[in-house]
Order: sequence, then C-alpha cells, then structure tokens
Amino acid sequence: MNLIALKMLVGDRLKYISLVAGIAFAALLVTQQSSIFTGFARQMSAWIRDTNVADLWVMDEQVEFVDDFKPMAETKLQRIRSVDGVQWAVPLYKNYLRTRLPDGTAVQTRVVGLDDATLTGAPEIVEGRVEDLRRDRAVMINIRHASTLLALKRDGNKPLKIGDRISINDNEAIVVGFYRATREFFWDPVIYTTYTKALNWAPRERKQLGFILVKAQENQDLTQLAERIKSQTGLVAYTGDQFANKTMTDLLSRTGILINFGITIALGFVIGVLVAGQTFFNFVLDNLRHFAALKAMGLRNLAIIRMVLLQLLTVGLIGYGIGLGGAVITGAIFSRVGLAFEMPWQIPVLGAVAILGCCLGAGIISLVRVMRMEPGIVFRA
Amino acid sequence: MTMTMLENATATEIAVACRRVTKTYGTGGSAVTALRGIDLDVRAGELMMLVGPSGCGKTTLISVIAGILDRDAGDCTVFGHDYSQMTQGEKTRYRGETIGFVFQAFNLLPTLTAAENVSIPLLINGASRATAMKKAKEMLARVELGDRAHSLPSQLSGGQQQRVAIARALIHDPKLIVCDEPTSALDHETGHKVMELLKDVALKEDRALVIVTHDARIFEFADRIARMDDGRIMKIENGDDFAVNGK
Repeated sequence: MNLIALKMLVGDRLKYISLVAGIAFAALLVTQQSSIFTGFARQMSAWIRDTNVADLWVMDEQVEFVDDFKPMAETKLQRIRSVDGVQWAVPLYKNYLRTRLPDGTAVQTRVVGLDDATLTGAPEIVEGRVEDLRRDRAVMINIRHASTLLALKRDGNKPLKIGDRISINDNEAIVVGFYRATREFFWDPVIYTTYTKALNWAPRERKQLGFILVKAQENQDLTQLAERIKSQTGLVAYTGDQFANKTMTDLLSRTGILINFGITIALGFVIGVLVAGQTFFNFVLDNLRHFAALKAMGLRNLAIIRMVLLQLLTVGLIGYGIGLGGAVITGAIFSRVGLAFEMPWQIPVLGAVAILGCCLGAGIISLVRVMRMEPGIVFRA
Repeated sequence: MTMTMLENATATEIAVACRRVTKTYGTGGSAVTALRGIDLDVRAGELMMLVGPSGCGKTTLISVIAGILDRDAGDCTVFGHDYSQMTQGEKTRYRGETIGFVFQAFNLLPTLTAAENVSIPLLINGASRATAMKKAKEMLARVELGDRAHSLPSQLSGGQQQRVAIARALIHDPKLIVCDEPTSALDHETGHKVMELLKDVALKEDRALVIVTHDARIFEFADRIARMDDGRIMKIENGDDFAVNGK
C-alpha cells in the first residue's frame, strides 16, 4: 500500500508541487534566517574567540560587551597575579582611537595592545612576523581592511601596505604586517600593537587597562577561580564562552536584532507551515472518498494512518530538503560577499524537527477526519 | 411471504440474513429512521436487487449488509457471520476478505492504472505486489480490458471504468458483492453490458450479489427484487416476473 500512497501523493502534480513548495518555503525561511541570525550573533563575539588563548577574561564588573571600554587601574594586574590558582595574567588594551591614513583619510579604529613580553592574544599573522609588533611604532592591520576600510580613498583606493605610515591619535605608527581575523559585527578596523605603545598613543587617563587575560593553574576549577578573583579584587572573570555569550546577549538586546529575526523566523515558519498544513489538509480531504473506499474494501485504520504519514513524511522531507538546500546555496553566496551566515548542525536538525513536527500536526488533524470518516460515504454519489 | 422464505431457507443456502434490522440517524427531534425492522434473506447464487425511491433506506441497508454501518437493533448475518459479534478490526478484515464493492461513482483512484486499481483488494489482504498485479491483469482480461491495464481511469470511458471497478470487486473472490447504482452513470447500452458482465463473471453458486438501483432498465437481470419504501421492504418479487410484467 506504500506505493499506492505515494502514487496518490504525486498523482496530482499541482497539489504535490504546492505542498512541497509550501514546506520548502517554510524550511528556507527558518533555516536561512536562523543561520543569518547565528552568523550575526557569532560575529559579535568573533574577536573574543580569535583572542581566546587564556582561561579567563578579567574586566571591570560594569563591562557589558566586548567593545565596552571601562578600564581598570594598572594595579589590578598585580592583584590578579597574586590570586591563588592563577598561573599567569597579562594585560590587554582595547579602545577606540582616531587614525589618519597616509592620504589624510580619517578612520575610527579600535586599537588592541598586546602584552609586550608575550604578545598573548595575537591574531593569525599572514604577512610579517608577530615579533615585529615589538619594533618601534609597529602596528599590524587586518589584511581585508587594507584594501577596504583602510584603503587610501583619496589616493585612488590604493591598499595600505607594509611600511606605510599612519597616525594614531596624532602618533606616528608604521604598518609592519597583516593579520587575518574572523569578520566581526562591528566594522571599525582593529589595529594591533603592543600594550605599552597603545598606552602611549591613548589619551591620558587614570585607568587604562581594558582586560586581563588569565591562565589558570592546572586542574583549577574556573568557576571557583572566577569567584576568588571577584572576592579578592572586585573584578569579574569570565571564560571565553561566557564572555562571548554575555556580549551576544547584550548586543542582541540593545540592537533589537533578536526580536527582528525572531519575528521574521516566526512569520516565515507560520506562513510556510500554514500553507503546507492547509494544502496537506485539503489534499487529505480531497482523498477522503478514496480513503473511505479503501476502508470499505477492508483497509484497516492503522494502514491508512501509515499511508497518510508516509505521504506526509515524503513531502516533508522533500520540501525540507529543497528549503535547506536553498538556504545553503544562499548562505554560500552570502558568505562570498561577506554577509553574516553561519549554519551549525543544530539549525538543520532543529529546523527539521520544527518543520516535520508542524507537518505532523497538520497530518494528525487530517487523520482525525480520516479516522472519523464513515466508510458509508462511498455509497453517496 | 418473506418470513415463509426465511423459515424454509437452510443456513448453507443463505448468504445474507437480516431480521428486524433498524437504523436511525441522529437523535431527538432531528432523528431520521432509515430502516424500520427489515427482514431479508439473500440466497447464495442469487442476484438480489433493492429498489425504491430516494431516501427509502436502500443505501443504509446495503451499508449494514456490507458491514460498513452498524445497525441499531435486529440481527444480520453474512454467510453465518454476525458483525455485532466482531471487533472493528475483525469486521474490517472480514469485509476485506468476503465482500466486493462496486460503487456508483466507480471510486477508482485516479492516479493509479487500471491494473493497480484492480490489485488493491489483494494488496489489502496481504498479497505481494507482483502477485496482485499478475492477477489484476488476468481479471482485467476477463472483463475484456486486458489491453487497458496500464491506462489511468481518466483515459477510460465510463463503461470501461465500471468494468475496472467490477474487476476490482471480484479479484479477491469475495462471497458477497454489493453494488450501489452500478449503471446509473452509464448509458443504456453500456449499462446492459455491465450487468451482463456482472451476471456472467460475478455470479456463482456460492456467491451472492446485492444491487441497489432504481434503474428499471436492469431489473430483468435480477433473480429477485425487494421493493423498499420508508425504511421497510414492501414487497419481494421474482425478477423474471418483473421483467415480463414490467414496472
């Protein structure tokens, strides 16, 4: 009877295509929008993940996200180093500073100062050597930004190159290399230098220490270490994942991205599922007479349920496959042009569960009609 | 007259035996009584027609006989089996094995070929697809549609579709065949051919046919005709007499 169920399904091409298209549309919207949302969310914490070499990030308790500059006193570094369970702790500077390019173009940039001795938290260098950062006035810039955000716009968009001299907060700096980094949610270019140089270039303030990267001693419980840091220094300590989540949560609530994407995903889901559900329901109703005939001829309810579920599963999987394929293709295109798109395995799995679950819901409603149907309707013309 | 026949009939001769069968649809003020104490016997080897005006209870009676509608009271057995003693599953299985259906609107699945439609009862009864298709083609040949086995219903005329439906009703060798207005959608000549086919192919000594109709043109094919009105059997006549005497 399975083959008969499938023939019933695909026999009416128009209805079959409508069914598959409805489900594909819902699947496309759900998986694509979720992936774009995930892409944005991960971009928000991309710098944390790229810099994630330590066990804990220590910062002022008022810091809410990664680019929220609320500096600490320099003395805090020594206090952290003296906390029981800390193997090592290094300073990390990060703040917005004005940069002027060789052609005079002014750009708002984020300057990151790495610990002079260890250069802990350095990005992936693609041109030059990380040690070059210790040279006088040395900075490294993102290779992607060299020909985009930091290109010499007043000089025919020429890319910035090694040896070029730029001005950071009216202090001369020399490009000594390029690095590669994950694309971030905030677009301002990140310029790497050493901690000491960053402090020299930054406006004078009483407190200038942005973050402290902490490596815990072996077998240390990070939660307990974070609590000790909090109780002894008044600073908060997060693991990289915790800080990334805190950043994402904060930015999502500040920007309304979560609500906007949530609405889009929900709308797409509801519209797609309603279309698919309604079409499937109509499909079953249209076939009610045939199911009644089969029932009269001795087909048991269980077999009819199996037929309807097979039909449902078939259109559900084909529709979902097409929708997911569409999302993957658009994702590949998005990624190529630099738009946020990230599809971890959870999205296709949860998408499939949601879409097939809703199809099943529509199927169950249809099945109620089929089960309640009197086979005697076959005797009515 | 009916009671006399019932008393004389032996259990082995009787395919369908109904006693004081009643059926009411709805409740309270909107209740409609469709059957008011039906007594009817259909013998094996007999073609019984149920005739009467619309709403007289013909379809309800055939539904009760076929086991697709539960009666409210009375007894009804088909080849000695009482539906009221069966579970829903047993009833469905019994129906699948024992009864063949021919519907007024044919009820062929439009997306299946003629052979696939005919094979359905065998598939329901657990036959393999290959076996069912082989037998379906043989059965189609018996109803002179061997060359249309791969045609869809939409590619067949009304008469051909009804012949496919007859082949479907007979393929699993049922003991009782119930037909609901089998000729009402067909022209006179085609209707006659369908009835000839039903009588030639379907009727055997151990098999009974019950046909609901108000198509007077086919009354001549009946062995007996039960005339119904207002939920009762008013009269049972021999088909031959009826054909000779006219309406």
